[in-house]
Order: sequence, then structure tokens, then C-alpha cells
Amino acid sequence: MANVLLADARIPSTGIVVRLTDEERAMLAGQLGVVRRWAIAHQIAVGEFFDAADFVPVSQAHIMADTESLGEAGVRFLETLAAAPEAERRVRVPAITDPRGLDFAVYRRLGQTPQMAALEQRTIEALRAFGVLMTDTCINYQTILPPVRGEHMAYGDTGVVIYSNSVFGARSNFEGGPSALAAALTGRTPRYGYHLDAYRRATRRFRLTAAPRDLAEWGALGGIIGEACGSYWEVPVIEGVETVPGSDALKHFGTALASFGSVALFHIPGITAEEAVFAEPAPAPVTIGDTEIASFLTRYAAPDDKLDVVVFGAPQLSLFEMEAVDAALDGRRVHPDTTVIVATSPEIKHAADRLGLTRRIEAAGAIVAQGICFYQSYAREMAEANGWARLMTNSAKLVNIIGGYGYRPTLASLERCIHSAIAGRVM
Amino acid sequence: MPILLHCHKGIGPAVIGTALVAADNFSARYDLDRSKGVFSRPSHKLFGQSYANRILVLDTSKGGVATAWMLHEMASRRIVPKALIFNRVNPITAQGAAFGNVALVDRFDGDVTQLFRTGDELRVDPAAGTVEILNRDG
Repeated sequence: MANVLLADARIPSTGIVVRLTDEERAMLAGQLGVVRRWAIAHQIAVGEFFDAADFVPVSQAHIMADTESLGEAGVRFLETLAAAPEAERRVRVPAITDPRGLDFAVYRRLGQTPQMAALEQRTIEALRAFGVLMTDTCINYQTILPPVRGEHMAYGDTGVVIYSNSVFGARSNFEGGPSALAAALTGRTPRYGYHLDAYRRATRRFRLTAAPRDLAEWGALGGIIGEACGSYWEVPVIEGVETVPGSDALKHFGTALASFGSVALFHIPGITAEEAVFAEPAPAPVTIGDTEIASFLTRYAAPDDKLDVVVFGAPQLSLFEMEAVDAALDGRRVHPDTTVIVATSPEIKHAADRLGLTRRIEAAGAIVAQGICFYQSYAREMAEANGWARLMTNSAKLVNIIGGYGYRPTLASLERCIHSAIAGRVM
Repeated sequence: MPILLHCHKGIGPAVIGTALVAADNFSARYDLDRSKGVFSRPSHKLFGQSYANRILVLDTSKGGVATAWMLHEMASRRIVPKALIFNRVNPITAQGAAFGNVALVDRFDGDVTQLFRTGDELRVDPAAGTVEILNRDG
């Protein structure tokens, strides 16, 4: 498959409608090597599909490349590209990675296998050959380098895209792994969707009459609005947000909105970066209050169920969330029949190590993992290896994803998750 | 005369196959057991059904970015839909179809989950932007 991809490079055969510069034509002709030829051809195919007029330079690429998604075929593809001469394979803009498939320090404790670890190692070596920085994070906007308003990006995690577009006013579409890698190799991306003013106008209107009390409720709010929008091309405005949410609240809100609705941009007047201008006359608002949020949480209720695993992740935890886990545990031991996984980025893990948070959380019996985000980590195989079914989390995004992997998820506040983990049952 | 429907120009090869239709959405990560080739999300309207070698007709794509790699991985094992037909997709599905060389079309004049029925024999031509229903008369 990889060799076929490189051989024909998916070069559009029906005429190119995306306007190309001389350099882009040279890439397509293979004058800059087969790697960039594959990359620009892939981008032209996608650009044509979305009627892109031309390309726009990007200043960062964020590559999702967990091995569960790549499989053997995807890893071989990367290795084939990575075998090209260095001058032909090096990325042209800073390129970073989304969470990986496993954390080498803890994978055996999670029931992952040496075969998975070997595939992960091959992927890391291939990505490094391109000059990709292995940041392994979905919270790069909190920990690496946030974008600025108007900056065009090729970001490859829905939570990263929606937060960056909305809170910072950056401009990115959802860029899956192959497309983000292509953007890193060409230094540009097709100009369609959220790179264009016309697509950033509001289309849906919601009015909040309740104040979410914790991150799980912010995620529930994102889930409610996401389900109502139900399309990548809808841009919701949320009115009635009386107090400024923190970065972690907007992180959980945005990731859930993107997960449940495939939404890539929202506006909260007075808080997010851009003025909420409606594409059409503003529609009547849909009201969301305590009742709707409580109803959303109740969908996942399972009182007194035996609790197999508690996951804090999706998105990875900030340093303040790590501190909150430590505070909620308060030195108590996790129930022996329940596993608690705390997933964060390598940067935050280092800080948590230095500040003693990791030591205290693990002394309580929890596992602190870095560079993973649980659902990207062979969740089905972990469930089978460990006999996990009932999962509890404060991440609305995770409860939306994980049912397809055979789990029965429950959504609750961080404190309730910890309380339940200590009891070994859903409290 | 077969029924001929027009859509936006798509991605991937022209194919003929049997439709599997639902008024629901699609994510390779959220909805599928890719090892078994079935829909595994309990709340999905196609839960338990095989998608292998079928032409999936659904409303839109949803959720995360994994589909961009996964269609390619599924194609490498030949447990993959023959084509994807949507009302409108997000970029991830288009990127995944382009990378995995899976036929994809969207943007019809009408709701695809109403235009097509499970069991329809379809000829999908992404380059032409057309889909023919071969076993029904117009």
C-alpha cells in the first residue's frame, strides 16, 4: 500500500482546480523529491474536494499518529517516506505530535503488549526522521506554544483545533495525521473551511441559564450543544456565560463540543477571540439550563455498579488538574479492584514529578501516564486484558468515544470519580 | 432506466456495490470494531451490522481525527467499506478517503439517507460526481 501511494502519489487525474505557485508545481512534479510530491498531491486531492482556491502557509503542524490508528500499514507508510534522503523528508515548519499509543514506562501495567510497544517505537523513529518533535500532547495550547489570532495552522486534534480557533482566534481545519504530516512537509495547507472568514460566521445560537459547576458539567454543556449542531460546518454562539471560564473549563467544553458535534469553532461573546457575527439573521436562541445538564449526566448514571477503571484524560490533564486529583485523593488508597489512570503530557508530567504530585498520586495506587490519552491506547485490548467494563471519568469526550470500544461509561465530577475509585463502586 | 443522482465531485475510484443506509453519523474510531468489521457502538443504528465491502450511506462524519489513518489501515486488510456516501462530511473523512483511496461523495440535492435504501445496487463515480441506483427505475 505504501509503495502504491508513493508510486502514483494520488495525483489528481481530472485537472487541478487548486491554484498552484511555481514551487507547488515543482513539488507536484517531483522536483523536490517523492515525499513532498506525495504530500502536495494528497493536499490537492483534499483541496479540490472542498473547492480550495489555493494554499495558505501554516506556522505549525500537529500530527496525530497513534499506532492503534495507523496499524502496520500506516507505520510502513511512514517508514517508506522516512527512508527518503534527509533533504527531501525534513519538515518545513515546526511539527509536533498528538498523544501516542502507549507510555513505555507503564504499558505492561495497563495490559498492553510488547508488540504494541515495538510498533510504537518504529513510529517514533520514523517521525523523528522527518524532524517531528515528539511532544505527545493534545494540550499543546496549554503547554507548548499557543497560536495567536489569525495564525494559520495545520492542527491534528479536534480539541486542539476548536480551542485554538475559538479562544485564540487561530485558523485551522481538523487535519488528520496524513494531512498534518503533508502540511509539515509542504509548509502549507489548502485554503478552505476555517481558514476563510465566510466559514467563521455564527450559524447557531444558544443561551446558557445555568453556571456549570465543574469540568464534567462544562463537558456536558459541550456535548449538548455538539449534539444540537451535529456538523463540522455549524458555528455556535453561546450567550449567558456570566463568569469567565478558565482554560481547563473551555478545554473540556471544546473537546466535548468537537467530539459530539464535530464542531471546530464556537463564539462566547466577551470571552472568545472573535466577534460573533451571524451568517444570516440571528436565530432564536436554544436555552440550556440545569435541567438539560443534569439530564445529560443522567444518561451515563450507574449507581452502585462495580467500578473497574477511572480515567482522567481526554484531554490530558493540566498541572492544576493534576493538583486537583492529588487533593481529592488526600492520601487515601484506591480500591484494590479499581484501576485509576491519570493521563497527562510529558511537560506536565515532569512538572508533577518535580512538585511531588506524581509521587503522592501513585502512592494512593493510581497510575500516572505521560504522552497518552487512554482512548488512543488500544482501549479495546486493555479492556479485554484487564476485564474492564465500567469506566468512570470526568471527561464528556471520553464517555462519547469509549462505548464503541465495549466500555460502559459514567460521567461525573473529578471528586465523585475519586470517591468512587476509593469505594470500588460508582458513588 | 437506472436513477442517476448528482453530487459534488468526490474522491477515490469508481465502484459498484450494495448500499447500507442509516440516518446516523460516522467515525471509524467511535463506531467500529475494525478487527471484526462491524459497527460496535451500541447506540448506532447499524450496531452489529457488517460494513465490509458495503457502500455506507450516512448523514455526516463526526468526532475525532482517527478516521484519516483508519480508512487506510482498514483498506490494507480489505475489511473496509466499498464507498462512503454522506450528506456532508468533515475534512477528516475526506482526508482519510484520499489517503486510503476509498470512494467518497457528498453534497447531493436531497437527503442521502432518504434518496438511497439499504439493498440498493449503486454505481458511485466520484470523478463525475454521480451515483446511479442500478436496481430501481427512475
